[in-house]
Amino acid sequence: MWRDHLTEIIVFSLLFLLVSAMGFVAARWRRPKDMAHLDEWGLGGRSFGGWITWFLVGGDLYTAYTFVAVPALIFGAGAAGFFAVPYTIVIYPLVFLVLCRLWSVSHRHGFVTPADFVRNRFGSPILALLVAITGIVATMPYIALQLVGIEAVLKTMGVTGDSALARHLPIIIAFAILAAYTYQSGLRAPALIAFVKDSLIYIVILVAVIWLPYKLGGWGAIFDAADAKFQASPAPGDGILLNQNNQIQYVTLAFGSALALFLYPHSITGVLASRNRDVIKRNMSALPAYSLLLGLIALLGYMAIAANVKPLPGAKEGTTDGNTVVPLLFDQQFPDWFAGVAYAAIGIGALVPAAIMSIAAANLFTRNIYKEYLKRDATPAQEANVSKITSLVVKVGAVACIVFLDPQFSIDLQLIGGVIILQTLPAVALGLYTRWFHRGALIAGWAAGMGLGMWMLYQIGNPATGKKHFAGSAFPLEKFGFDTPKTIYVGIVAVLVNLVVAALLTLVLRAAKVADGPDGTTPDDYFADEGDPRVTPGADRDADSAREPVA
Amino acid sequence: MAAPEPEALHTARSRAKDKSPWNWLLFIPIVVPLIPALFNADSPRLFGFPRFYWLQLAWILLGVGTTTLVYQMTKKRGDR
Repeated sequence: MWRDHLTEIIVFSLLFLLVSAMGFVAARWRRPKDMAHLDEWGLGGRSFGGWITWFLVGGDLYTAYTFVAVPALIFGAGAAGFFAVPYTIVIYPLVFLVLCRLWSVSHRHGFVTPADFVRNRFGSPILALLVAITGIVATMPYIALQLVGIEAVLKTMGVTGDSALARHLPIIIAFAILAAYTYQSGLRAPALIAFVKDSLIYIVILVAVIWLPYKLGGWGAIFDAADAKFQASPAPGDGILLNQNNQIQYVTLAFGSALALFLYPHSITGVLASRNRDVIKRNMSALPAYSLLLGLIALLGYMAIAANVKPLPGAKEGTTDGNTVVPLLFDQQFPDWFAGVAYAAIGIGALVPAAIMSIAAANLFTRNIYKEYLKRDATPAQEANVSKITSLVVKVGAVACIVFLDPQFSIDLQLIGGVIILQTLPAVALGLYTRWFHRGALIAGWAAGMGLGMWMLYQIGNPATGKKHFAGSAFPLEKFGFDTPKTIYVGIVAVLVNLVVAALLTLVLRAAKVADGPDGTTPDDYFADEGDPRVTPGADRDADSAREPVA
Repeated sequence: MAAPEPEALHTARSRAKDKSPWNWLLFIPIVVPLIPALFNADSPRLFGFPRFYWLQLAWILLGVGTTTLVYQMTKKRGDR
């Protein structure tokens, strides 16, 4: 009953209102001369320094869904769910140099999206369109999942209703507010809110990892309780350590997810909004602070086991909603007012990434579909306007996904999203280093990787839940004809096939002398830094704003 | 012409800005956290954490240390 949670609801609502106000005020923060430009609305003027970038990208990558779903995974399966930690360690050295190159070339050519880069690099609007559509399709369910995070909190506070509308009304209101301030303030809104969100999360987690082990008898007891639970369960894959069969899956999933993370349009948006290459490099060293946080949050799953938390029932009869374990743990162990703060941290944690993702998806639509195919001569003001409206459409779509479809559907889609975004790796990430691939071969490789990835995901079932298809990303190698119970991450296999097809076909197309597109970039573009003359929003837009001085 | 074109010179110099042997160090925090044989065991425990957990959390320090070192050693000097 919601009356039992009144204190929590009041604290949650107050903090939520506070950040909403901040979202609207953000339009005035570091106020640009002219908001009617995609660089301002969609990239915050490309001017964010080290601290803002740290909060923005951290708030962007470590989403509410992560904070709810990773401990839920640990709660359910144990060690296998801890892949999120190596995943978020490997990512930063991996992209340390890559993102600097992307930043430089985007800075010099005024690129807003990864597809902008691909179009220019390979001279192929079709390849750019594929990259843009892949990005949009992968991002949409991710936004919807942020709602799943909020919903887990609302459910625990007892804010539920009987009819579908009553149950979803709080989320619809929250998203309407979010949509309104994103429309007005653009990327400045999540950048400002990220300060509050991350501060709240850090406070909550620090308190949780000190206070909860004290109450539950120490870390040793927590791990022993988890071990006892997994020993007793009949499922073969769980345990507080990995077993022989899921190690390849663990490693490939961590590595594949790391490769995918910075191909997501919303991560690239956060990076392109930074001021110079130094900001990016320093952030690659500082962002792992969030990985520590994530690792500790993951262990909340074991604390929930030690505290005997029983997850709330799920949408269907007889199922349980694992995502509620962390909110329930807080409800059970913390005083009401602090549980309210924790819930607000998760709820606000959903808003930051949701805003950035919708901006990123809107930018992709504007730059690579609207400007490319619908209105070639769109002015910067028109671009900004289309992006603002698209960001609204994207959010309505995400809410509709949650209200009208089974949330499980969004989770399945997000799983697919990780696999399909990986298929843009050869064009976007390798394209930053080499122009060797033929554009036709990249398109064929993309298609091959997509096809194989989809087929593999379709084959994966889970006997425990009775799901026959799309039940996970661990593909049993025996389906390839190997005589082994080991499993592997679908995305890695699909992207390898993608690369092989792209490489072989490049050789064939080169031998057949099929025309390749022109490269619109020069080697020097990949090293440009702050102070370099920029294409946008340079002097051609505003007569009295002098170009930045050249260093 | 004896001297290279100014443009080519500029390109060569900025290319050198990004190339550094220090960058190879970045492979360490990419490879080490992906070797389960190193951490997939219970003992020794540290503050009650099985090795699987504390060692993987310790890789975070490895990552931070390496990227910070590479950043410091490859930072542009003088020309900013």
